[in-house]
Amino acid sequence: MIRFLLKGLVRDRSRSLFPLLTVIAGVSLTVVGYSWVRGTESELLHASAAFSTGHVKVAPRGAAAESDTASSELALDHAGALVGGLRRRHPSLGWTPRIRFGGLLDVPDEAGETKVQAPVAGLAVDLLSSGSPEPRILNVGRAIVKGRLPAMADEVLVSDQLFGRLGLRLGETATLISTTRFGSVATANLRIVGTVRFGVSAVDRGALLADVTVIQRVLDMDDAVSEVLGFFPDQIYRDPEARALAEAFNAAAASRPAPADPDLAAVMRPLRDDPGLATILDLTAVLTRALIAVFVFVMSIVLWNAGLMGSLRRYGEIGIRLAVGEQKGHVYRTLVAESLMIGVAGSIAGTLAGLAVSYYLQEHGVNIAPFLKNASMLISDVLRARITPGSLVVGFVPGVLSTLLGASISGAGIYRRQTARLMKEFEA
Amino acid sequence: MRCPPWIVAFALPWLAGAQAPSGDAILARVDANIGSDNKVTLARMVVEGRGVTRTVESRSWVRGMSESFTEYLAPPRDRGTKMLKLGDQLWTYFPESDRTIRISGHMLRQSVMGSDLSYEDLMEDPRLTALYTARIAGEEAHRDRPCWVLELTARKPGIAYQSRRMWIDKARDVALREDRYAKGGKLLKTTDVLEIERIGTRWVAKTVVFKDVLKSGQGTRFELVSIEFDATIPEHVFSKAMLRK
Repeated sequence: MIRFLLKGLVRDRSRSLFPLLTVIAGVSLTVVGYSWVRGTESELLHASAAFSTGHVKVAPRGAAAESDTASSELALDHAGALVGGLRRRHPSLGWTPRIRFGGLLDVPDEAGETKVQAPVAGLAVDLLSSGSPEPRILNVGRAIVKGRLPAMADEVLVSDQLFGRLGLRLGETATLISTTRFGSVATANLRIVGTVRFGVSAVDRGALLADVTVIQRVLDMDDAVSEVLGFFPDQIYRDPEARALAEAFNAAAASRPAPADPDLAAVMRPLRDDPGLATILDLTAVLTRALIAVFVFVMSIVLWNAGLMGSLRRYGEIGIRLAVGEQKGHVYRTLVAESLMIGVAGSIAGTLAGLAVSYYLQEHGVNIAPFLKNASMLISDVLRARITPGSLVVGFVPGVLSTLLGASISGAGIYRRQTARLMKEFEA
Repeated sequence: MRCPPWIVAFALPWLAGAQAPSGDAILARVDANIGSDNKVTLARMVVEGRGVTRTVESRSWVRGMSESFTEYLAPPRDRGTKMLKLGDQLWTYFPESDRTIRISGHMLRQSVMGSDLSYEDLMEDPRLTALYTARIAGEEAHRDRPCWVLELTARKPGIAYQSRRMWIDKARDVALREDRYAKGGKLLKTTDVLEIERIGTRWVAKTVVFKDVLKSGQGTRFELVSIEFDATIPEHVFSKAMLRK
C-alpha cells in the first residue's frame, strides 16, 4: 500500500511538489534560525564566562550587587585560603582569582613627562603560575597579535587597539595610574610586551592584561582579589550544577560569622544570575520557542491550504473512489499517509539543507563588529551559528507534524461528501 | 514736612540697594575675603572610605590666584607626592613610579588622593565673579548664621559646574554651604563649612566637608591647620624642577 501511494506521489508531481517545497523551506529556515540563536547564546555565554562571570563567581556581596564595577574597594580578603578551599572541595572545577580595575595608562616622552594617556579596563589574572587555567580560558595564545606573553611580574599585555591609539612600541614602559583599595593614588611602571585581540569589542577597546601578583602589590591588595571564577572542565555551562554549587557555598558561608562590613561577605553566583545575562538568556529561550510555534502554525495553515487545493483538484478522483465503494475512512487515511510521506521526505531534505547553511555560518560567521563600537556587552565580534543535537529535530518534528495537521484538517472534507449525490456530480 | 515725590522716586532704588545688595556684589565681597595674596598653608584631609579612614596631610604654597605648589606629607603611601599648578596646567609627581604626570583630559575628573575633590576642582579659578553671575534667591539661616542664598549661573559653557547654590554669611562674606550642579540640573557636589575662624581681617573656613554625591562614603573633611597670609615664597618653588626634589 505504501509503495502504491509513493508511486502516486512520484508520478503525479502536482500532488506532492508544492507541499514538499513548502516543508523543505520551512524546515530549513527553522534549523538555520534555531542554530543561529543557539550560536549567539553560546558566543554570549562563552565571552561572559571568560571575561566576567566564570561559570560560577565568588565575589563580595557589595560587588555582586553593583554587577560590573571595577572598584578595588570591594575585595575578597584571604584570597589564597579561599581559592585553596574551593580547589579542595570542588576539584572538578578550575578556580582562578582575578582583579578588575580601572585606571589610566600614561606614556612618557623622552623627558619622562606625559606624552599621551588613555583610560584602560584592567584585568589581572594568573598569567605566570605554571598550570594556571587562565591562558586556556582566555585563549591568550591565540589572542596575541604582536609580541609575547608576559614572563615577569611587571610585564603586561594591552589590546591591539589601545596599542595603536597610544602609539606604543613593544618593550616600552608606561605608567598605570589607578586607586588602591584604600583610596590612595597608585602608580606603577609596566612594560608592554605584547598586544592582544580577543574578538570582543567591549574588551578590545582598552584592555590591559596583567599578572595578578603585580596588581595586588600596586593596589594594596595583599592576599586580596576582586573575584574568584570557577569553570567546568569541559568549558560548557550547566545551570543546575552551577546553581546547586552556589547554593551549597552560600549556605555554608551563612553559617560562618559574617565580616564587619556585610558588603565584603563572599557570595557565589552562577553565570545565569548575572543581571544583564539572565534577561538575554530568557529572551533567547522565548525566541526559540516562538520560532518553533510560529513555524508550526504558519506551516499548518499553508499545508492545510495546499491540502484543500489538492482536494479540489482531486475532487473527481476522490468521488470515483467513493463511488466504487472505497470507505471514506480509507480515503482519509491514504491522504494522511501521503502527507506523512511528504512530511518525512520534506523534513529530511529541509533539515539537511538547514544544516548545510548552519554549518557554513558556524565556520565563517557574520562580523557584527561595526555595530558594537560603543557596546559594553561581552559578545564576540563574529557571531556564528552552532549545530547542536537540537538542530536535528527542531525542524524535523514540526515539519512532519504540520504536514499531518494540514492534511488532517483539509482531508476532513471527505466526510462531508454525500455518496447519494456522487452520480449527480459526475453528470454535471 | 512732606518729602517731595521726586526725591522719593530717586532715593528708593538706592535705599533698597543699601538693604539688599545685588548677587554679584555679594559674590565680589566673597572673592575679596579670599584675597589674592601669597599664602602658605598646612592642611589635613580626612577621607572616610569603606571601613577605612585616611588622613592626608599637605603643605601648600600659593601665589596669587593661579599658581600653587603642594607637597603631601602623610600618610606614608602618599608622602612625597607633589603637585604643581601654573595657570591652567597641572602636574603631579609620584615618587612610587618616579614619574611626573600632566593632569589633563580624562584625569581631570579623577579624585585627588582618593578624596571627594577632583583635579578639576583644583584647577578652577577661585574668583567666582570671573566664572559666574549671581542672583539672590532668598535669605536663610545656616547653623544659626543669617545667610544670603545665591544662585550662580556659569558665564560661559565648559565650566565644571553649570550652576551653584551658595549660602553666604551676611556679616562675614564667607560661604557656609554650597551645592554644585551639572548642566542638566543634577546635584554633583556639596560643601558644608563646620568651623570658621577670623585670621587678621579675614574670615577663613577652618573645617569643611566636601561630598561627591555620586560617590559612596561619608565625604572628605578638610581641616586647615595653619595659614600664613602675605607669605614670602621663593620664585623657584613654582617650577617643575621642584617636583622631583
